[in-house]
Order: sequence, then structure tokens, then C-alpha cells
Amino acid sequence: MKRAIFRDIAVALVGAAATVSATVVAATGDPPPERVVHVLASRFEFTPSTIRVKRGEPVVFAVESIDRLHGFKIPALGVRIQAIPDQETLVRVIPDKAGHMAIVCDVFCGEGHEDMDAELIVEE
Amino acid sequence: MTIEIDRREFAGLAGLAGVAFVSGLGLRTGPAAAAAQDFFFVQISDTHWGFDGKGANPEADTTLPKAIAQVNALSRKPDFIVFTGDLTHTTDDGQVRRKRMAEFKAHAAKLVVKDVRFLPGEHDAAPDRAAAYREFFGTPNYSFDHKGVHFVAIDNVSDPGAAIGAAQLEWLASDLRDRPRDQPVVVLTHRPLFPLYPDWDWTTADGDKAIDILMPHKNVVVFYGHIHQEHHFMTGHIAHHAATSLIFAQPAPGSQPKRTPPVAWDPAAPFKGLGFREVGAKTGTAKLEIAEYPIKA
Repeated sequence: MKRAIFRDIAVALVGAAATVSATVVAATGDPPPERVVHVLASRFEFTPSTIRVKRGEPVVFAVESIDRLHGFKIPALGVRIQAIPDQETLVRVIPDKAGHMAIVCDVFCGEGHEDMDAELIVEE
Repeated sequence: MTIEIDRREFAGLAGLAGVAFVSGLGLRTGPAAAAAQDFFFVQISDTHWGFDGKGANPEADTTLPKAIAQVNALSRKPDFIVFTGDLTHTTDDGQVRRKRMAEFKAHAAKLVVKDVRFLPGEHDAAPDRAAAYREFFGTPNYSFDHKGVHFVAIDNVSDPGAAIGAAQLEWLASDLRDRPRDQPVVVLTHRPLFPLYPDWDWTTADGDKAIDILMPHKNVVVFYGHIHQEHHFMTGHIAHHAATSLIFAQPAPGSQPKRTPPVAWDPAAPFKGLGFREVGAKTGTAKLEIAEYPIKA
């Protein structure tokens, strides 16, 4: 199966006030050297279900669905992208606060949608 | 300005919010009550017809009929009844979806009051962008006037991403544009328009845009469902009231790590947390009265 890689890099500037400005920058050349966390979305789970990152360190979430359209949303950081089948969507995040945060699917995907979440742990 | 307040505080702000609470245990009777209101309507929400119980409601197939019987037994009949979404429980199978909608509609037809309005929930509409819903219940968003009050039904579920969408927002703005700014407006919808608890997907993606459109109007109240519990919230001068469901109660926002499991069925208190609501209005004022009716075992 031909797999399309859709590079849609959103630079998310996250702050405690939860006001996020995000700009989409077309990818040129090699991907940024930050840590990349690959996330697979499927009915009704994210894999991995727990992700640990460091406060202040950039991380790129590379999110792909293996079955249907899902949402990948981190409300506490103002991050929201789609998880698309056979496409990888990237979002670059620099978390500036530590804590346990919910990652949720915000695209209703069937019975079990309410159970579709993961945990982001931002460590000092 | 946003405020979250509990029911007792909310009752104390009746003049500010334009809403008063009354006890819901059958007090809407007699000529005095009738004189106090010009009309009332009933809100029923989250019936989830087709849900198999799964321990959350072993009486899943009797709760809706019980509610209908209770509404029919009201000594004073409502002018109309509105179901604010999740009429049926979701399924991937389009034939099953339509079967459930047909069964639900057959139950609703037993209501003595024949002016019955419907809105979809995500369970009804998200899997097929309201294709089946439209076959049975018509257009998901609409407006109507009743005794001086303008009612607007907003669809925030047919888009599985829980967005109202630019076209519908334009329709909403156009619908309200030429109305007097002090005309009472009642908004009916399924999901909260404000970010009640985004970690549990209790929000509408572009609900802030709808609230911006509503804000110039002085007397707006929103009735919605989705969260399976009574909840009261203010965004500026706009009051938002969530309704209990007819299937299972859900935990209070943030009270547990996840929104599941729902509140467990209590055999000692069957149907606890389930019910419907009366909303009474008085012509010439923007004041509404809300009465909550629990389902009787």
C-alpha cells in the first residue's frame, strides 16, 4: 500500500495562559532534530497510551490512524490535530508546564469513543 | 466573563440569569401555577435508545416508556416537547441505526402532546453526518417562534469533530440578525457550547463563535444534553443548562480520571440521576422557570 506522508508541521507555542499561536510551516529538507514520538490512533486507543516528555524540550508528535479519522487533542496545551489513515500528521510542541495531561480523541468514532484517551506526562 | 456556580447559587441569581428554579416534584399544578406562566415545554435528553444496559442501566428498555408515561401524566400539558439529542445509541450498522430510530420514534409517538421537536446527538448523527437522522427527523438545525420566544436548534454533532461549521454559524447569525435584541431567545443543542471539560470532550469545537453571535442578545438561555447530568453555567449573561439523561448518569466533570465508567446503577435507588425537565415561560418577561423531574421507579 502506498503510504503518503503528509508533513504538516505546526509550531505550537504553549503557555500557562493556554493561548496558543500555531503556524503551519511547509517541511523542507530534513525533519527537525527534536525527539519524535510516533503515535498510532485506532478504535479506541492511542499507542502508546502514556508518553513522557520534558518541560521546555521540543517534541514532535507524529500521529497516524490505522483505521479511520480520529482527533489527537491535548486540551491543556492547546494542541489539536487530526489522526488520518495512511497519513502521518506532525505537530511540534514545546510544553512549558509540568504535569499529567489528557490526550483525547475529539472526533466521535463510535461506541468506545469515550474511552479513547492517553496520558501525557510532562516532567521537570 | 465566565462563571461556574452550583444550583443553589444559581437560584439566588434568578433575576440576573433570568431563570428561577422550582422544586420539580409535581408543583406545576393548579390555577396559580398556570397564571404564573404563559406556557411551558418539556426537555428530554439522551435517551440512547438501543443501549443494551451493560450494567449501567438494566432497565434501559423501560426508562423511555416510563418517562413518556410521566410526561403524559402531567396535570398541565406542555405546549411542546423537545428531545435534545442522543435519541439512539450509536452503531456502525446503518440498518440497525435506522431500526433504532424507527423504534424511538414509535415510542415518542405515544406522547399525548403532538408538538414534539427533535435534535440529534453525536450517537445519532456523527457516524453518517446525519443521513439517517434526516430521514426520520428532518433538518438537524432550525428555528421557530412560540408565544414571543424565539427558539433556535443548533446542530453541533453531525460533524464528527463536534463543530457547528461556518455555514450553520452564518445561518445562526442571519436568523438572529433582525430580531429585537431583547427578545427572549432559547437555544436548544446537544453538546455544551462552552468548554465545560475538554479533557472529556465536553465542548463544541467552534462553540465560542456561536456564543459570540448570541452575546448581543440580552435574554438568551441554552438548554443542552450530552453530559447526562444537571449542570448550570454562565458565559457572561447567557445561562447554559444541561439536562439529565434517560439512560445513565455520568460523573461530575473531573471527579474521576476518565469520563468512564458512568455512575453505577443503584438497585436500592433505581433510575437515580435520570429524569426530564420542565421549562416555564411568561410572556412579556425573559424569566424562565426550570423544574427537574426524576424518573419514578
